[in-house]
Amino acid sequence: MATREFAAHESHAHAAPQSFIRKWVFSLDHKVIGLQYYFLALSAVFVGMFLSLLMRIHLIWPALALPLVGEIKPETYLSLLTMHGTIMVFFVLTTAPQGGFGNYFLPIQIGAADMAFPVLNMLSFWVTFLGYLVILAAFFVTGGAPLHGWTGYPPLSALPSAGPGEGLGADLWAISIGLFCLGALMSALNFITTTLDMRAKGMTLMRMPLTCWAWFVTAILGLLAFGVLLSAAILLLLDRNAGTSFYVPLVIVNGIVAAHKGGSPLLWQHLFWFFGHPEVYIAILPAMGLCSQLVSVFSRKPIFGYKAMVYAILSIGLLGFMVWGHHMFMSGMSPYTAFAFSIMTMAIGVPSAIKTFNWLGTMWGGKIRFSSPMLFAIGFVSLFVSGGISGPFLAQPVLDIPLHETYFVIGHFHLIMGVASIFGIFAATYYWFPKMFGRMMNETLARTHFWFSLVGTYLIFMPMHYYGMAAGLRRYSQSTEVAYMHNLLPLQKFITYAAFVTIAGQFVFLFNLFWSMKFGKKAVDNPWEATTLEWTTATPPPHDNFGGHTPVVYNGPYEYSVPGAPRDYVMQTDTTVVAAH
Amino acid sequence: MGLVILIVIWLITFASTYFFAAKTWWLPTGASAAAAAIDHQFAVSYVLMGAVFVAAQLVLGWFAWKYRDRGPSSKAVYTHGNNTMELVWTVLTFVLFVGMNLMSSSIWASERFDPAKPDAIKVEVTGMQFAWYFRYPGPDGKFGGTKPELVDPSAGGESAVGLDTSDSASKDDIVTGTMVVPVNREVEVILRAHDVIHSFFVPAMRFKQDAVPGLAIHMHFTPITTGDYEIACAELCGLGHYKMHGILKVVSQEEFDKWLAAREAEKQ
Amino acid sequence: MASFTPTVSIADPRTSLGGNRGAPPTGSRGGGDGNDGARYFHSRLRRARLGMAVGIIGIVMIFVSFTSAYVVRQGMPSFDPRTNSLVHDWLAVPLPRLLLINTFVLLLSSAAMELARRQTARQVALAQAAAIPGVSLGEEKQIPWLALTAMLGTIFLTGQWLVWRELAARGFYVATSASSSFVYLLTGMHGVHLLGGIVALLIGCAASLLRRPLVSQYVVQDVTGWYWHFMAILWVYILCLLEFVH
Repeated sequence: MATREFAAHESHAHAAPQSFIRKWVFSLDHKVIGLQYYFLALSAVFVGMFLSLLMRIHLIWPALALPLVGEIKPETYLSLLTMHGTIMVFFVLTTAPQGGFGNYFLPIQIGAADMAFPVLNMLSFWVTFLGYLVILAAFFVTGGAPLHGWTGYPPLSALPSAGPGEGLGADLWAISIGLFCLGALMSALNFITTTLDMRAKGMTLMRMPLTCWAWFVTAILGLLAFGVLLSAAILLLLDRNAGTSFYVPLVIVNGIVAAHKGGSPLLWQHLFWFFGHPEVYIAILPAMGLCSQLVSVFSRKPIFGYKAMVYAILSIGLLGFMVWGHHMFMSGMSPYTAFAFSIMTMAIGVPSAIKTFNWLGTMWGGKIRFSSPMLFAIGFVSLFVSGGISGPFLAQPVLDIPLHETYFVIGHFHLIMGVASIFGIFAATYYWFPKMFGRMMNETLARTHFWFSLVGTYLIFMPMHYYGMAAGLRRYSQSTEVAYMHNLLPLQKFITYAAFVTIAGQFVFLFNLFWSMKFGKKAVDNPWEATTLEWTTATPPPHDNFGGHTPVVYNGPYEYSVPGAPRDYVMQTDTTVVAAH
Repeated sequence: MGLVILIVIWLITFASTYFFAAKTWWLPTGASAAAAAIDHQFAVSYVLMGAVFVAAQLVLGWFAWKYRDRGPSSKAVYTHGNNTMELVWTVLTFVLFVGMNLMSSSIWASERFDPAKPDAIKVEVTGMQFAWYFRYPGPDGKFGGTKPELVDPSAGGESAVGLDTSDSASKDDIVTGTMVVPVNREVEVILRAHDVIHSFFVPAMRFKQDAVPGLAIHMHFTPITTGDYEIACAELCGLGHYKMHGILKVVSQEEFDKWLAAREAEKQ
Repeated sequence: MASFTPTVSIADPRTSLGGNRGAPPTGSRGGGDGNDGARYFHSRLRRARLGMAVGIIGIVMIFVSFTSAYVVRQGMPSFDPRTNSLVHDWLAVPLPRLLLINTFVLLLSSAAMELARRQTARQVALAQAAAIPGVSLGEEKQIPWLALTAMLGTIFLTGQWLVWRELAARGFYVATSASSSFVYLLTGMHGVHLLGGIVALLIGCAASLLRRPLVSQYVVQDVTGWYWHFMAILWVYILCLLEFVH
């Protein structure tokens, strides 16, 4: 009882700030912080995309000198791919879905006035932002950006003498990651506390939209995983700067014996992948939650198997911590351990499959509206299937022998993370833009963007599987030295041309985003006729989200086409039609 | 729009499946004893997962079209799901995935759980930025000692691996930049690395293993076809990673013996 | 979780002041709570404790990682290319006796923290009673337990610094050996986290001096207390790890 009053109290507790600094810079409002994260990620994705463009050009024209950039040396190529991976994984995929949309919409969807700890929320953004500045700085220091890949395996990442960019650039990389971990831990604390403690009356856990479940479990994964990455980064910084040998055994670089001994490169791999595997689920779960949401809204049907979807999210989260060794089958770890990890990895494919069946089951018998959010949700399902199917190949150690470190792996994780998860971000943008900015995005431009992206990304990443099966290795700055790889150059050319077209299509999105903020058609409060709490409030939502009152929830989040109801959707707050669920 | 989605998704599915089925780009021809089993497992996974891929995409496209909003006449079915179906497809998926994995694990066991046979040809493979060196133990069958201080990559050969010539066992050790092995005999490789992690990858042999500084990893494979096979480094090791490649020559036992004898003679 | 509820239930409607439970309080602004803080004391406290528990879990994972690195490194032989064989090169660092004194100081500070928290809890409870018209309570002497805790914490950190000095004097630096690296790493990371706790304590002291609302002070002291006790437990754990796990 006291909780309800407390919630009511909170909705009045803070008056909206007035000054520009308090309103837009050091804001405590989760909606503003969410937008700050979103625009950080937007900037990062264009940086990351530009880096990949340079990579693709270099792969097919290694000797080409580009304007401004000049000729791309092999070490530069490796720096490009390192920074591309790091920036995309951390500052885009771990930022936009959770920090961006999660921050903005979790409190609203559960009926809260803000996050549990607004000051911590603000801090978590600025720490993340600082991390972003630090990693960008790596490009501009002596030696340039590191070349050790986003996975940063020592000894390569621990020895400044191992390559250009492995000096200050590698230190900045590790520091940036450390800062990101701090920001992520703070954010996870907020999400978990908010979900557990601030749900409105009637919003039981099993009435939460699947987006909230996804953000919640993602936060738990983050809480448990980012501490491990932080430890790994600290040990790396110590090896690099304090002469310790956590990771570095006795090594001889260019004939010079380094001042290290006794360390284990595999220690980094274990720590990194213990974080790294949950990390990829952190990158995909919010998109899965959103896909469930969108497929339901735009098929005008309840989600098929809500409980199963919740259990699937929970199992993916739990199992996600038990499979990290599948990144290490070839690393020198015990083959018995590899077997254990591979069984767990196959197991984690099961809840993902269940989710796919349920999305299809939701569309079955539906009344599908092809608004732009739905297009991207359908695209998401297709891409998730494609990317997911290559997983069981890599999960079998014996098949990993020919496929590990080839483009097959790149195709796999790009389809899942680099496209499906990005489609989730696009879908979220098209879906929630009206609520955030009070205007609709242009549908024609949205559809153009969709087709460019769907077809373009398939044309880029499907051929990578063929290249990988033919033993085409990743992280090769050029294929000129290995005869069998050089024969595969036509595939690389095709991929690069597809990339040109796809990248061009992304500018349609960028234009649409900013143009619509100013000139888009004015939006009504509930343009998609959806049932969840964000659509009950004003557009954009007021400072305390619900304009002075706390919502009371009577229904589940997916009551569409309820027989006997006056409209084909029943809001969660609707008292007149209390559906059977 | 539903129809367009169907067409595009189906086209993408058929196009990608075509190239997979036609094996336009495929694994290189296997030349080791393990290749047949690995390739067979690949084919099995391929067919099973391919079927799932095609089915899922076709259904997605089909549903997008069939259940489109056709106006007031189309009605959505109000249902929260079907527990029986959930159970059925969960069990089926579990059986499929775990079954596939258990099939492959027997191959993995035979490749990795057992050590090399005692009469295997021993070759120590050392990776360093940016070359592979191969050391044979010579007639005494023992690898001589190496010392980190003696390592001098610029001098190549024995100096690159830091061979300690004062050790009597080193006297007959052969160090080459090309790996030569006889056909139809098991080869035991002892993988080492001097500076950073490298990975010894011979696509045709279906052999890949990281070479980790601080470890000496023992693995084995058996070449069954003579020929020259490319070796490529398969773990990012620095700016020269793309050119850290070598050649594995599989020759007849006779030729191998001759070659080895010639190398020993050069040492005298 | 042990319950540290005051003897008089603040949020109990029967004791709640003002009487209008449903209507939004007028004139309330962000930050200052007055009666509203008292009214929602339990909710605020629960939320703060939940946040602290979650945060502690996050910190635990950091030390779990270090522990696993420590245990594995201890047992792991390293390859000696000179002899072409694996050798165990773990030599435990003999730990200075000063560490035990530091431990005692830290445990003492936990006691002081507990006393600080309970003192404030009592003040909160009494404040309700004192607000009832006609009730008069004597001024209770307030011992600065919080400041004492901060002081003891600082003494602990100083002691840790002296331990580092002693290790260095004996030739054990950060990079001297694997075991010395871990000694510095674990004590250093704990020290950094403890410093954060001291900052929280100083904020608590400042809140007291600035006469911030009592319930707010209590919430801060309560969660700081949990954190502080966690730091003590963590320290004992680290000490046992370094001393007994070979």
